Amino acid sequence: MGLFKFLKEKIAKKNVKETETYVSGMTKSRENFANKLDELSRRYKEVNQEYFEQLEEILIEADVGVSLTLRIIEEVIEESKSEGIKEPTAINELVVDKMFIGYATKGGDITNEISFVNGGPTVLLVAGVNGVGKTTSIAKLAYRYINKGKKVMLCAADTFRAGAVEQLSIWAKRLNCPIVVGKPESDPASVAFEGARRAKEEGIDLLIVDTAGRLQNKTNLMNELAKISRVISKEIPNAPHEAFLVIDATTGQNGVLQAKQFLDCIKLTGIVITKMDGTSKGGIILAIRDELGIPVRFIGLGEKMEDLEEFDLDKYLYGLCLAK
Amino acid sequence: MAFESLSEKFQRILKKVRGQSRLTEANMDDMLKEVRIALLEADVNFKVVKEFVEQVKQKAIGAEVYTKLNPSQMVVKIVHDELTELLGSGDSELTYEKNKPTIIMLVGLQGTGKTTSAGKLANLMKRKLAKKVLLAAADVYRPAAIDQLEQIGKQIDVPVFTMGTGVSPVEIAKKAKEKAYNDHFDVLIIDTAGRLQIDEPLMKELNNISDNVNPNEILLLVDAMSGQDAINVAKAFNESLQLTGIIMSKLDGDARGGSALSIKHLTGVPIKFAGTGEKLTDLDVFHPDRMADRILGMGDLVTLVEKVQEEIDEKEARKDAEAMMSGKFTLDDLLKQMKRIQKMGSLGGLLKLIPGMPKITEEQKEAGEKEMKNFEAIINSMTPYERENPEVLKNSRKVRIAKGCGKTNADINRLLKRYESMLEMMKKMQQYKKTGRMPPGMGFPPGGMM
Repeated sequence: MGLFKFLKEKIAKKNVKETETYVSGMTKSRENFANKLDELSRRYKEVNQEYFEQLEEILIEADVGVSLTLRIIEEVIEESKSEGIKEPTAINELVVDKMFIGYATKGGDITNEISFVNGGPTVLLVAGVNGVGKTTSIAKLAYRYINKGKKVMLCAADTFRAGAVEQLSIWAKRLNCPIVVGKPESDPASVAFEGARRAKEEGIDLLIVDTAGRLQNKTNLMNELAKISRVISKEIPNAPHEAFLVIDATTGQNGVLQAKQFLDCIKLTGIVITKMDGTSKGGIILAIRDELGIPVRFIGLGEKMEDLEEFDLDKYLYGLCLAK
Repeated sequence: MAFESLSEKFQRILKKVRGQSRLTEANMDDMLKEVRIALLEADVNFKVVKEFVEQVKQKAIGAEVYTKLNPSQMVVKIVHDELTELLGSGDSELTYEKNKPTIIMLVGLQGTGKTTSAGKLANLMKRKLAKKVLLAAADVYRPAAIDQLEQIGKQIDVPVFTMGTGVSPVEIAKKAKEKAYNDHFDVLIIDTAGRLQIDEPLMKELNNISDNVNPNEILLLVDAMSGQDAINVAKAFNESLQLTGIIMSKLDGDARGGSALSIKHLTGVPIKFAGTGEKLTDLDVFHPDRMADRILGMGDLVTLVEKVQEEIDEKEARKDAEAMMSGKFTLDDLLKQMKRIQKMGSLGGLLKLIPGMPKITEEQKEAGEKEMKNFEAIINSMTPYERENPEVLKNSRKVRIAKGCGKTNADINRLLKRYESMLEMMKKMQQYKKTGRMPPGMGFPPGGMM
């Protein structure tokens, strides 16, 4: 199980403090998942059908997704047969290996940080279903890039939900960064257009566009989102350069449908998974990567501005499965 | 809408069994495997799934199945019964105080829809039960949460009690209660900040509010999209607060909502309301038995009937029906009919409730709704005389109307064609009334009354 040990070693060399905050944010997920795997391996001397069934349940309980789980377990059973692996801990490591390799090999290479374009504002469009934490994530992202010396501007294109514009405005004030707002219930695309125009005019490095929460099965609202994206590109060619889908860690199987529908509508470049400081494991991100190849870029671990971390697969799986 | 795929899955599974003359352990196992996967994919908690599958198996492999003439019917019944059991039993109404304000507290994780649901609940009570409602904004943490509730209050014309963000939520709740008593409100709804169930200080704060205002109801918001962990959330909230009910939100999405249903099973807390849209009227009383029907693809007729009854003045409808039957059916009548249907909610939402109509795509539904809007615009651009006598509509009139409403001649022709086919249908119905015999080709007309 070379990869597994390699993973552990790789983690050990990382900045200790960074790993600690990451892991403490995920304490609850980790305890649950890691303890269960550990406990399971103690109860059995040799793996059998029942053991694999329980493994399956542990993965399903982490919201990894039914089809991905069934496939992982099937592959592990096969490998255990062909290589004669019967020891529970070895089997568990094999499971984590599968998760790691599956994620790492799907889709293209991953750079977490926003890639900035030369000569003109880089535009980040942020979308998602209702209540996942889009506005809070935007504040966190803005904070991150302001600290990196970028000129950030916010654009409040959620003109639908009561209080949404006020919410983003309060953040803009706290962050001391410019914000573009439209009239209540005005066309969100026109607000986005105005945002793009002003970002260009004022020499902004990063324009972050907030959008209203929308359920992915509402065709009208999805069309509206596509329009927002289109209109931005009229003012700034090739923009939005980045489009993040925000997903709540408590989301179950519907997360895959969400990613699929939003991907059909705008060119998603990444996922921000929020509320990872709760007890949910956010396993759905593995299923999303598996089915659609969209990588997770950032991970939200709390309510404060600085509670945003780059997503790191090693650390995620380490936090989820291995840490004690 | 929720459960669609689950119901489709069940339909497929049951079809498999339907073709066979009797249930054997082998074909049962096959079916149960699919039931299990379907339920897991619907985010039903895996423990609940396990129990459910076991129960169905126990009941199905009993002698009773083999003595029935039609085993597949028996399986449908067992799955349905067990599902109803899983969803909870009986309606779960709120209890109201008689001589003092009823106090309701809304709690839950961040982003589950507490503030919106507070507005919806207030609206429902005001509109349906003529209650005098006060909303209280006790979310002092999320930026602009108070603004949001104030805006919602304005929309539904319900007062909102606020003290800003500088006061503790406990204090706000206490003062809101005082106001509710002094000003003789029937209901006080307290909106609280979203919090994680593992956040001890904030959970303690909820306890504190609860101890101070002594609410009649503490309702937990559960997102229909939530996964396996929902049960841990509900358990923690229930242990610290003794919940009286659940509101499932975002059921207008395509999440199947299975996890919220396991909550009822594992905690015993009943699901009382379902959020079904973004409008402030989109809150329905939750009916577990009907939801089971829906999961099985049997439609939800009772809800449909109630919805229709609520929105239609029955007398007026009867008058219309009589006018229609007598053959005096004008474009005005068509418009009235369409408006009434619109009032009942989106066409899509309505169609979902009708059994045997699960195959309509989102696009088709939207096309239908768009058509209704077009028709309305066209009819509104006609003179009263034209509406009464559509046969006078020749080209010059059509050109004028098209200009007036910004539609094309083709749109007007489509409307007239629809009108004519309705007229035709009505004539056939009259015939039927006279002869008592159904003319051929009747039944559900495609695209007909809708």
